[in-house]
Amino acid sequence: MKVKMLSRNPDNYVRETKLDLQRVPRNYDPTLHPFEVPREYVRALNATKLERVFAKPFLASLDGHRDGVNCLAKHPKNLATVLSGACDGEVRIWNLTQRNCIRTIQAHEGFVRGICTRFCGTSFFTVGDDKTVKQWKMDGPGYGEEEEPLHTILGKTVYTGIDHHWKEAVFATCGQQVDIWDEQRTNPICSMTWGFDSISSVKFNPVETFLLGSCASDRNIVLYDMRQATPLKKVILDMRTNTICWNPMEAFIFTAANEDYNLYTFDMRALDTPVMVHMDHVSAVLDVDYSPTGKEFVSASFDKSIRIFPVDKSRSREVYHTKRMQHVICVKWTSDSKYIMCGSDEMNIRLWKANASEKLGVLTSREKAAKDYNQKLKEKFQHYPHIKRIARHRHLPKSIYSQIQEQRIMKEARRRKEVNRIKHSKPGSVPIVSEKKKHIVAVVK
Amino acid sequence: MTANRLAESLLALSQQDELVDLPKDCLLSGSEDEGDNDGEREHQKLLEAISSLDGKNRRKLAERSEASLKVSEFNVSSEGSGEKLVLADLLEPVKTSSSLATVKKQLNRVKSKKTVELPLNKEEIERIHREVAFNKTAQVLSKWDPVVLKNRQAEQLVFPLEKEEPAIAPIEHVLSGWKARTPLEQEIFNLLHKNKQPVADPLLTPVEKASLQAMSLEEAKMRRAELQRARALQSYYEAKARREKKIKSKKYHKVVKKGKAKKALKEFEQLQKVNPAAALEELEKIEKARMMERMSLKHQNSGKWAKSKAIMAKYDLEARQAMQEQLAKNKELTQKLQVASESEEEEGGTEEVEELLVPDVVNEVQMNADGPNPWMLRSCTSDTKEAATQEDPEQLPEPEAHEVSESEGEERPVAEEEILLREFEERRSLRKRSELSQDAEPARSQETKDSSSQEVLSELRVLAQKLKENDQSRKQKASSKGTIPQVQREEPAPEEEEPLLLQRPERVQTLEELEELGKECFQNKELPRPVLEGQQSERTPNNRPDAPKEKKKKEQMIDLQNLLTTQSPSVKSLAVPTIEELEDEEERNQRQMIKEAFAGDDVIRDFLKEKREAVEASKPKDVDLTLPGWGEWGGVGLKPSAKKRRRFLIKAPEGPPRKDKNLTNVIINEKRNIHTAAHQVRVLPYPFTHHWQFERTIQTPIGSTWNTQRAFQKLTTPKVVTKPGHIINPIKAEDVGYRSSSRSDLSVIQRNPKRITTRHKKQLKKSSVD
Repeated sequence: MKVKMLSRNPDNYVRETKLDLQRVPRNYDPTLHPFEVPREYVRALNATKLERVFAKPFLASLDGHRDGVNCLAKHPKNLATVLSGACDGEVRIWNLTQRNCIRTIQAHEGFVRGICTRFCGTSFFTVGDDKTVKQWKMDGPGYGEEEEPLHTILGKTVYTGIDHHWKEAVFATCGQQVDIWDEQRTNPICSMTWGFDSISSVKFNPVETFLLGSCASDRNIVLYDMRQATPLKKVILDMRTNTICWNPMEAFIFTAANEDYNLYTFDMRALDTPVMVHMDHVSAVLDVDYSPTGKEFVSASFDKSIRIFPVDKSRSREVYHTKRMQHVICVKWTSDSKYIMCGSDEMNIRLWKANASEKLGVLTSREKAAKDYNQKLKEKFQHYPHIKRIARHRHLPKSIYSQIQEQRIMKEARRRKEVNRIKHSKPGSVPIVSEKKKHIVAVVK
Repeated sequence: MTANRLAESLLALSQQDELVDLPKDCLLSGSEDEGDNDGEREHQKLLEAISSLDGKNRRKLAERSEASLKVSEFNVSSEGSGEKLVLADLLEPVKTSSSLATVKKQLNRVKSKKTVELPLNKEEIERIHREVAFNKTAQVLSKWDPVVLKNRQAEQLVFPLEKEEPAIAPIEHVLSGWKARTPLEQEIFNLLHKNKQPVADPLLTPVEKASLQAMSLEEAKMRRAELQRARALQSYYEAKARREKKIKSKKYHKVVKKGKAKKALKEFEQLQKVNPAAALEELEKIEKARMMERMSLKHQNSGKWAKSKAIMAKYDLEARQAMQEQLAKNKELTQKLQVASESEEEEGGTEEVEELLVPDVVNEVQMNADGPNPWMLRSCTSDTKEAATQEDPEQLPEPEAHEVSESEGEERPVAEEEILLREFEERRSLRKRSELSQDAEPARSQETKDSSSQEVLSELRVLAQKLKENDQSRKQKASSKGTIPQVQREEPAPEEEEPLLLQRPERVQTLEELEELGKECFQNKELPRPVLEGQQSERTPNNRPDAPKEKKKKEQMIDLQNLLTTQSPSVKSLAVPTIEELEDEEERNQRQMIKEAFAGDDVIRDFLKEKREAVEASKPKDVDLTLPGWGEWGGVGLKPSAKKRRRFLIKAPEGPPRKDKNLTNVIINEKRNIHTAAHQVRVLPYPFTHHWQFERTIQTPIGSTWNTQRAFQKLTTPKVVTKPGHIINPIKAEDVGYRSSSRSDLSVIQRNPKRITTRHKKQLKKSSVD
């Protein structure tokens, strides 16, 4: 005869070491765990509040430049190394982990207009107001050696921007025209023009590497094909575009930072309508850089703030500012997609977390699970008014805040006027133009 | 327009090329005789000048006195003459020499195309270049579309995209760079060396090597898999046997035993055929068992158990059965084995079959009377009176048909004939009914009657003809049943019958009939063939006009509150007859279709019902505070007394009147709570298309309190995962399985960059054609 009885062996449920994980018997009967929605709602609310409490994005400020920081570049192979060029022609190389400057070069006379690293990370290029393109070694000179560029190319006109090809020993500069250079030659192997105006920036497509995009001061964005050595298409916007950035995960998508406070995300195959108009800045947008995941981008503005936009949203999810940060001229998202750097007028480079409330360092598995759960809860209940209000709340400096209010009023007035005009005119005579189409003047083939 | 121009300009370009080719040849031919006779030419010129002096056609001299820059490149100057160069001039010298046939041909071709257009200006050409290049690039980029879409919709993306292969250095490499330094290490190495343990390259002992050579890896794998399978099977069977052994059910064991016996018998039979000797042995065994049984007292109900059972047998059914079983077993065991003759078996079999056949038919009939035959079911349920009258003629043919289908011996033609007969029967009954209705309704015109009867007759004729070919006796039967005389007529197609049926509505007059009609036609549409039978059971208007009329009257007297519901049908019924008169068959059909489509929704009634429910729900409820069993007896089936209930029932006060009390067409929801509204989502969020979708997502919890660990992990996977400290490179064609373009971007530029290639030309031409 078999007798069954309860038996409890502590060995089966007591932890011997802290790494021992015992199986906890659980009863998932829903009647035993009632009120799931209200409980999860409360958890979501708490998670949202905690996120706001822990939102401390500012990490460090790198000071050392003696003039405004004009351009930034990431090291392609090393996460900790960052290069910056200032308005006094000085180039500095920084170590982010130690948060100090490891090398200083007086590269140019006047502004350092552009800086870019070679894809292998062994050297970098700078262009300056002194009509020169210089190639530098990434490592410092040995003892007793002079700090000298590897190559110097003297040009006829001022170069305003530079970008290096993603795979080959080719780089592109812009100024009066877009030049494509072989690293070994002193003359451009190809120069492309379309109209006559100064081109402010040129960017290689990181995916389809033969494509280039540039923006000129006659308000247009021009796309080039390096292989066929021709421009492809031109789109003219309402105002000047300061720079563009290609999406590193989606070959045909790029975002343009415009003077009219907006950013425009284009599909390069259909330039007549931007995919998305991103608006939140209250002054000219000066720089834009994509997160390496291609899901978000960061923009730097003249309004002394940087904002993070999801690619598919027209409103920003985050705004960073400090009292001391002046007009932000350049911004970069680090290649591990965790941090953001911005260089501003007041000579500092600032390091931010890309995710304001994220805990840095190694997470234990339980922390990770809790983080994921909280994230999902926030997502699930994001439409509830209280949660939405808390999640959206940001403190803004007075100038930006009042600017936003003012622009809201202006926009409303403009909208009202348009509505009135439509109302009081013959039906169909006043066309209704969508916000996306409104800012596109023309597309030139 | 522009495309056309484009094409033309291109053509011009090509022609130019040809022209450029041409003069070279000419030059070659011309230059030979140039040098030697200058004097002659001078002379010729002079002569010409003289000749032109007097004539009207005085030519201007084409003089080239000195070297000028403006020399025509073709060396044929037409400058001075004021005339254009004509093609014939060029052709003249060519005609003489036969070797220049190709040139001639080319020239002729050029001649046929009259003028060469100007080439396009530079801007235009550049524009074309750009367009072509853009199209090409767009095409190249379109290969990314699926990748991008996939990544956008992905549940989870893990960055960096490219999987980093963990760089595991082979142990030999590690070892080769490492040397024993400490005494302990050295000692260990010495030991290893002593035992001939290889330290360096192959890292295998001689034994291992031998084993490796003995069996290849695949072989070993296969072997292992086989062994595993065998082991698994064995354990499985063992487990099964153990399980079965544990089963206590007697019934189960009985069944198993029986099965075994049956199997044994079968085996024995087989053995008989295959191996008679072995079978004999088996027989002997059985015989022996019988002998043993006869000798022993087992199963004879004489044991202790049997006696005890015998006492109980009077009262206990089970005991009786057990005893009975024992006896049966005994009988079975003691029975002598008989070898049955085969012929006997056969006879028995046939008898059985015959026996079976007869009751089958009988059963069939019974089953048809109330069974699952849909036709019969319809007639039964639709109108019992009708069914009673119709039962005999309808049901008789049915079993016959069944019989025919069941008995395999009869040939097919007979079956067909049967079907024909049945059809005929149906039609006949139908006709009868229609005639009846005709009698009832004098409104029907004589013409239609005539035509219908004609049709019936013609159909009959067709049927008869068919039958004649088949079987004589059957035909007689058919003719005896169909008492209608045969008339020679044109034979219309049998399909015409249905429209005839549909014509009936024209003679309908009362509203009730109209409704009925709608139903009928409806049925017609739905089931074209089987409904024919259903038609027979139609209610003819004179059959039951009273019931619907009463209904109608009731509806007329409905209170004013229900005004909404009554309005619509009355309007419809008024409208119907006028329309009916006007419309054709098809239109009516359409109407019926519409009616069919909107059959389900009576919107107004639904609304009223909803409102009633809302009012009911909003009424304050009475509170019953009675405690059953308090102060009196309680228990199952006992209710608290009425007095008590009355005492403890708290009547709810009458609430304020509803806001929509006087608004018949409005429901105002008064339940909305302002305080909770502040916490509720007001607008349906974007990706959701219906509120219940959103509600469902909210109501499914994702926490580990409600989900298992695995489900929790799955539900909370983040959308984007990045590894800290890893550089995320831009997506590459190789990452997603595309072949990356092998030629470098650079190499292309270094070829001549600005040239329209022939491919471009083709593309352009294509575009211009389009």
